[in-house]
Amino acid sequence: MLSIKEISKSFGGLTALRQISFDVKKGDIKALIGPNGAGKTTLLNIVSGIYQPDNGEVIFLGEKIVHLAPTKIARKGISRTFQHVELFGNMTVIENIMVGRHAKTKSGFFSSGFKLPFVMKEEREIQRKSEEILEYINLGHRKDEYASNLPIGEQRILEIGRALATEPRLVLLDEPAAGLNMRETRNLGEIIKKIREELKITIVLVEHDMDLVMRISDSVTVLNFGEVIADGTPLEVQKNPEVIVAYLGDEEDIPRGYNAHT
Amino acid sequence: MKKGDSIAFFVLIFLIILLPVLSGSTYTLTVGIFSGINALVAIGLCILMGYAGQVSLGQAGFYGIGAYVSSVLSLHIGLPIVISTIFAMIVAAIAAVILSVPALRLKGHYLAVATLGFGEIIYIILNEWGPGGPSGFGDIPHFSLLGYTVDSTTGYFYLIWGLVAAVMFFSINLIHSRTGRALRAIHESELACNAMGLNVVALKIKVFILSAVYASLAGSLYAHYVTFISPSSFSLFYSILVLMMVIVGGITNLWGAIIGAVVITVLPELLRRFEELDVLVYGLILTLSLMFFKKGLVPILIEKIKKLRGFAVAKH
Repeated sequence: MLSIKEISKSFGGLTALRQISFDVKKGDIKALIGPNGAGKTTLLNIVSGIYQPDNGEVIFLGEKIVHLAPTKIARKGISRTFQHVELFGNMTVIENIMVGRHAKTKSGFFSSGFKLPFVMKEEREIQRKSEEILEYINLGHRKDEYASNLPIGEQRILEIGRALATEPRLVLLDEPAAGLNMRETRNLGEIIKKIREELKITIVLVEHDMDLVMRISDSVTVLNFGEVIADGTPLEVQKNPEVIVAYLGDEEDIPRGYNAHT
Repeated sequence: MKKGDSIAFFVLIFLIILLPVLSGSTYTLTVGIFSGINALVAIGLCILMGYAGQVSLGQAGFYGIGAYVSSVLSLHIGLPIVISTIFAMIVAAIAAVILSVPALRLKGHYLAVATLGFGEIIYIILNEWGPGGPSGFGDIPHFSLLGYTVDSTTGYFYLIWGLVAAVMFFSINLIHSRTGRALRAIHESELACNAMGLNVVALKIKVFILSAVYASLAGSLYAHYVTFISPSSFSLFYSILVLMMVIVGGITNLWGAIIGAVVITVLPELLRRFEELDVLVYGLILTLSLMFFKKGLVPILIEKIKKLRGFAVAKH
């Protein structure tokens, strides 16, 4: 479904990504993990077209998408959420979802202004579909509240809902569990699993919450200092010595007398 | 249209029909006409700034294009006024596309300065190359449609406010549509808009065009009504005046544009009795209103009505 091929990216003299390659299989939940600054978000920004890589290709459904603008990539079927929630805060919850329907609908300035019959029909369709999505992500009761008034957990789920409204083939989730408590995280995990199983949408998940990652993902890619250090099932990755070193440090780094189990 | 908009729209139509009947005075209607002309420009700026979040200090430029292009075409070439007005709108739309080239790259204060520069360029062009230069020109024909010439004050009042109502109808529909939501979304987060597949560039150009066309229409009406124009009516001062209307009325509400336009147009007339002190009192009232009604008149009014309703419900 998605192939990352030898992607490199540096900012000034700082290398953020070096020759990154991996594949995402159709219908998988692929987790992208690694310590802070490993380049995970940079990679998502390259896939969604916000950054241009210095080298390499991103192939989505057999098509090179690296040089496309973010809008075009979104219209190809890649939607995303953001590490720092980017909701339309002064719009209501339902309106946020309705904006997500934009690319799938077409009434313009003139037809909207004159309220032509097809516009009314389309508007009802947008409304109906958006309500359906809200029910699907269990936010139906928040419909008319301003998005900025929701607790962070619901904001992150609303962002996922807005991404779903674009009818994507692939959704990129950038730290959806950041700032969420345990109950909210569990709920989030259920929703992500439901999206994959019922809607057959492929998911790339950047996440620090290892519990969530190990529970829901099919395959995990580990980045460290801009390089892939491991790629495999959650179990394989957990046992990989390089990953353990990246996360916990070398045994020699651990001060004398320190016991990992206390 | 939502319920509140429908009621407001009904009240607007009612007032438009009733005012000339109730007050036959030419003076009142003249002030009304200028309020209407300003309201057209203000509605455009309100959509541009309050909804789409794009600042403009150059609306006087589009207003001037409307006035000059329509006047010159009707006076010197003899085009029917309706055609010359439409032609002026097209010229204003092209100017808006040209302005959006730098505007697409800029935000906030930088955009304000770029649009201000645009307004000044138009002002200088009118001064240097406009007929009559800085002193302007007259004998502009009155507005006429299908052989019927509008030359009475009442006629102009109905014409202009009829157009305000039409533009308002169009604008309210637009705001509550897919396109209107997209404009508001651009205001909130362009990053997210891109990720949703919105064509942010096209939407921004279109909303600039829309505000330019409204201002151009107002400019043409102004020229054919007063039959004499000079560049001084289209200076930076006018852009700021329109900005003030939108802010005093409430930038987040389209009705605020109309209320603001009426208030800002009528206020100096009411202050005539203060004679030399009128400008001082005018400034004082504006400053105080911005201090105490920061959100603007219409949004505050809506809050008050909602509160009153809340009380009414609580009593039952």
